[in-house]
Amino acid sequence: MNRKLNKFITARFKLDYGEFQLSVNLRLPNSGVTVLFGHSGSGKTTLLRCIAGLQQAQQSYLEINGSIWEDSDVGVFLPTYQRPLGYVFQEANLFLHLSVRENLNFGLKRIKASLNNPKFEQIINLLGIKHLLERMPERLSGGEKQRVAIARALVLNPEILLMDEPLASLDAKRKQEILPFLTRLNQELNIPVLYVTHSQQEVAQLADYLVVLESGKVQASGTLSETLSRLDLSLSQDREATTVWNATVVEHETEFHLTRVAIENGSLSLPAIDAKIGTSLRVQIYARDVSIVLETSRATSILNVLPATIIDIADGESGQSIVRLEVGNQPLLAHITRKSAVVLNLKIGKEVFVQIKGMSILN
Amino acid sequence: MLTSADFATLLLTFKVASLATIFMLLFGTPLAWWLARTSSKFRGIINAIVALPLVLPPTVLGFYLLILLGKNGIVGEFTMWLGIGTLPFTFAGLVVASVLYSMPFVVQPLQTAFLSIGNQPLEAAATLRASPIDTFFSVVLPQSKAGFLTATILGFAHTVGEFGVVLMVGGNIPDKTRVVSVQIYNHVEALEYTQAHWLAGGLLVFSFTVLLILYTVLKTSPHVK
Repeated sequence: MNRKLNKFITARFKLDYGEFQLSVNLRLPNSGVTVLFGHSGSGKTTLLRCIAGLQQAQQSYLEINGSIWEDSDVGVFLPTYQRPLGYVFQEANLFLHLSVRENLNFGLKRIKASLNNPKFEQIINLLGIKHLLERMPERLSGGEKQRVAIARALVLNPEILLMDEPLASLDAKRKQEILPFLTRLNQELNIPVLYVTHSQQEVAQLADYLVVLESGKVQASGTLSETLSRLDLSLSQDREATTVWNATVVEHETEFHLTRVAIENGSLSLPAIDAKIGTSLRVQIYARDVSIVLETSRATSILNVLPATIIDIADGESGQSIVRLEVGNQPLLAHITRKSAVVLNLKIGKEVFVQIKGMSILN
Repeated sequence: MLTSADFATLLLTFKVASLATIFMLLFGTPLAWWLARTSSKFRGIINAIVALPLVLPPTVLGFYLLILLGKNGIVGEFTMWLGIGTLPFTFAGLVVASVLYSMPFVVQPLQTAFLSIGNQPLEAAATLRASPIDTFFSVVLPQSKAGFLTATILGFAHTVGEFGVVLMVGGNIPDKTRVVSVQIYNHVEALEYTQAHWLAGGLLVFSFTVLLILYTVLKTSPHVK
């Protein structure tokens, strides 16, 4: 299949509702998970709906996989039902008059495909809905409904999967039930995903690429680690500010109950996890768990001490300094007191060491 | 008991009501769909026109129809040009008048049913490759079965019960336009109270049964499958 003809998605939309305006000009990678992040009213859902053709902007240009779905200059607007996409709504939005199986079949019938295909088997197993196939939607829990909705979109083998806060209507427990499915989805099916959310946790867990929207405009657009550590965005100021690193399991130190993972230019020790050597995973490091020392000292209880370079410093709220560092080529955020920044004489370009007190594994 | 003339009016009533109901569903469905979906500025005025028979004395509607369909009316001139003559005092005219008169009883339940489906299932269908027409038949129709049942029953029952419009447009011609309600009137005029009782009682039982079904069976099972 030569679906990846074009490496980018081009999306330009201008829409004016009077009290709300959307004006974006984006070039997004045509692979992995791109998260559209923003608060309510930022326009993230409107943007997703425009890409799906559920809403029409006054001015638009949308190109995916080399085919033009919208170009207002020449009057091209492909109706939603002719776009090879999958869409997962905030509410599962299953057809109540059809069983789960019939819901899954709804789109398939229209592209002349059938559910008896190993690929669909894989999707149904991946989402764990095999035992639900004969049920009516009203007899499913919220989490089950959403999993069926995701499967219903995926079986069409879409060129792009659009997800509009698929977890927002679920409680914390159900969220944790679905998140692993979403992560595996990306690893096992090679479908680019545009994912709308206002949850930083979902951003850290799922995003490869991050677009930050604010009042209908793009505030930032870039790779996850790059965008998370930009000091000009409120994300880096937040108490929950984090950096996310990709890592690979290299060793289990069973006597200390630790696992060692390799990162670019070094390694980290984590509380033992149950994963095979060679497994790749995401490590999330909260900025508040990172401290800075000028020289490495053997006399510390903190295991993870890495050399780093200061790239930028900004003032945070209430006596805080936010420091952006680089470890190897990977950005890292540290929240420290302004007093420490002055006492240590931290300056852009200075070589220091970072101590990482804690981190969490995301998948 | 009932005479053969009475049975003839019953049969005729059934024919008029059935045909009128079919036409009302045929025209009323797209109309109700449009009214439920549109944001056009004509929505209000069309809604008002459709609902007019609910408040208008049937004789008023009948009177205007008589003029409109008669040989000097616009529609009358058109039907004469077509070579089918004029509609007043014919079976066809009776059906046309019934359709107009009972239309709100079909359009309004359908409109309510369509509105209650909402936008979401339609958008979901669109993202699953269903065209708007496909969506109407595969999602909207099955999800508004209860609405269609209500519309059919009300439209049929209301047509059976009409009198004023029938008398104005149809007249009182045996086997052609004489329906049950008119026959009851004839019996009462002729002081044949026993005959009138049979027909009137029959209509009463019919109407009550229909409404009973509507308010018990249908209202307790929102998902008619």
